[in-house]
Amino acid sequence: MEAQELKNIASQVRRDIVRMVSAVSSGHPGGSLGCADFLTVLYFDKMKHDPRNFKMDAINEDVFYLSNGHISPVFYSVLARCGYFPVPELSGFRIMSSRLQGHPSTDKGLPGIRMASGSLGQGLSCALGTAETKKLNNDDSIVYTLHGDGELQEGQIWEAAMYASAKNIDNVIATIDYNGRQIDGDCDDVLSLGNLAQKWNAFGWEVLEMDGHNIDEIKSTMDKAKSMTGNGKPIVIIMKTEMGQGVDYMMGTHKWHGSAPNEEQLTDALNQLEETLGDY
Amino acid sequence: MIEKINIEVLGKKDTRSGFGEGLLEVGKLNNNVVALCADLTGSLKMNAFENEFPERFFQVGIAEANMMGMAAGMTIGGKTPYTGTFANFSTSRVYDQIRQSIAYSQKNVKICASHAGLTLGEDGATHQVLEDIGMMKMLPNMTVIVPCDFNQTKQATIAIAEHEGPVYLRFGRPSVPIFVRPDATFQIGKADKIIEGSDVTIIACGHLVWKAIEAAQALQEKGISAEVINMHTIKPLDTNAILESIAKTGCVVTAEEHMMNGGLGDSVAQVLSRNTATPQEYVAVDDSFGESGKPADLLAKYNIDTPNIIEAALKVIKRK
Repeated sequence: MEAQELKNIASQVRRDIVRMVSAVSSGHPGGSLGCADFLTVLYFDKMKHDPRNFKMDAINEDVFYLSNGHISPVFYSVLARCGYFPVPELSGFRIMSSRLQGHPSTDKGLPGIRMASGSLGQGLSCALGTAETKKLNNDDSIVYTLHGDGELQEGQIWEAAMYASAKNIDNVIATIDYNGRQIDGDCDDVLSLGNLAQKWNAFGWEVLEMDGHNIDEIKSTMDKAKSMTGNGKPIVIIMKTEMGQGVDYMMGTHKWHGSAPNEEQLTDALNQLEETLGDY
Repeated sequence: MIEKINIEVLGKKDTRSGFGEGLLEVGKLNNNVVALCADLTGSLKMNAFENEFPERFFQVGIAEANMMGMAAGMTIGGKTPYTGTFANFSTSRVYDQIRQSIAYSQKNVKICASHAGLTLGEDGATHQVLEDIGMMKMLPNMTVIVPCDFNQTKQATIAIAEHEGPVYLRFGRPSVPIFVRPDATFQIGKADKIIEGSDVTIIACGHLVWKAIEAAQALQEKGISAEVINMHTIKPLDTNAILESIAKTGCVVTAEEHMMNGGLGDSVAQVLSRNTATPQEYVAVDDSFGESGKPADLLAKYNIDTPNIIEAALKVIKRK
């Protein structure tokens, strides 16, 4: 898909995000906006999947796990916009009895979700399990994950990181949303992540880096990562992003990690984001 | 004169070996069964499966959280994962992983937990989990099974593969009498009535089922007819078996190698309070951690041995 087309989709996804969280005065817009470009490229251009015919088992399909489940708005928007469920259903975000729970879940049967997430640090392990199953099934599809950078403070991530390289899990591509911020402030102030690339390297992973807001670079880096699968090593992409990307007053701060814009702020945000596919 | 209760003892073995044999057999029956272990393959008796199906065996190292997440992920694509480690590391260490990735996500994972309770023995309280039944039964979607001997553990290990959904299977370390027939059918949620009786109902699970049989035999010598029910499935609980029995006996003793708070006894009490208020006595550990010692000595010290069941039965009969 052309970069301009992907940019247009990402712009609509950003509109969906701010409208969803504003409508219920809750949710996590900051990280969602920061990952809009990546998830748009992944779902619209890179993944091998069948949105209109969702199957939990994902036989011969790529799988994606959102490990940082709190950025559900971007996940839901991308899933809806690529056809997993009707776009108007986005209006049910965080509303009782809706399939769009605050954090992604499987129990309401929303197509596109294979694992609940929200409690952090678990998605990489789930991905390794699916990767092992794909190997047993001689299924050469890829398992993708996305993690917050603050999420890497969870110990389970590093248990999984150790397993992946020790057992040559080479059909997993993990991506880190490296925006440097978490709910209490900058990661460096809360608990510094140190040198992330060196850490993943030391754990035996192939490490790639990319600008998470440059569509061409995301496309080329994802292609490179895909070309590196099957070579005995797990792959991680450290993706530099800006929390709140696309809405000026949400950028440069951690304050919009978990708070929603009011009506006035929503208008301001929507004025900055082009409506390309039509609002839900 | 009541006839002497005669339960045939078929041998003596540890329940974890029943798990090991069951795992090998279910591995032969079902190609989708895979096994994961966190560096306790020998203790869990998983070697036979590992040797027979090396490509379906996953050694994850001492990383139980990762093991639970991996097991959840392995179900995507149709596998039926069995995880193996000690009961403590199968539950309290990884409760949130089980809660989110397995129970809430409705994943078909079989959590197989050995060395449960005081009979772990000398390793002491750090390893003697006594809260696991409570933790696991509180999770929606979770089935909780505590088989009583080698044969039943083997049968349950095989049976749970046919049950779609998460299961917690709890067994233990010591060698204990075998009295379930090798050709018995294990049915999840269907209690086994082992001894018919009319004066008191003793409902037990796991290692305490044999103790309950011993207690019933001793009670009979005192002229008391005790009914013994092996409640191998704590959840879903066989409510009918409980209500039918108390309709006859009018009082209950529950016996388990577990904390009084949150165990089998509490599940039974809930049935009684919601149906027919009935006197109940608990044989369970009373709000205490365990300690190092020989398994038999520990059961006696923590008041969950045969004499405690007898005493509880005499007491509860008086309360009728």
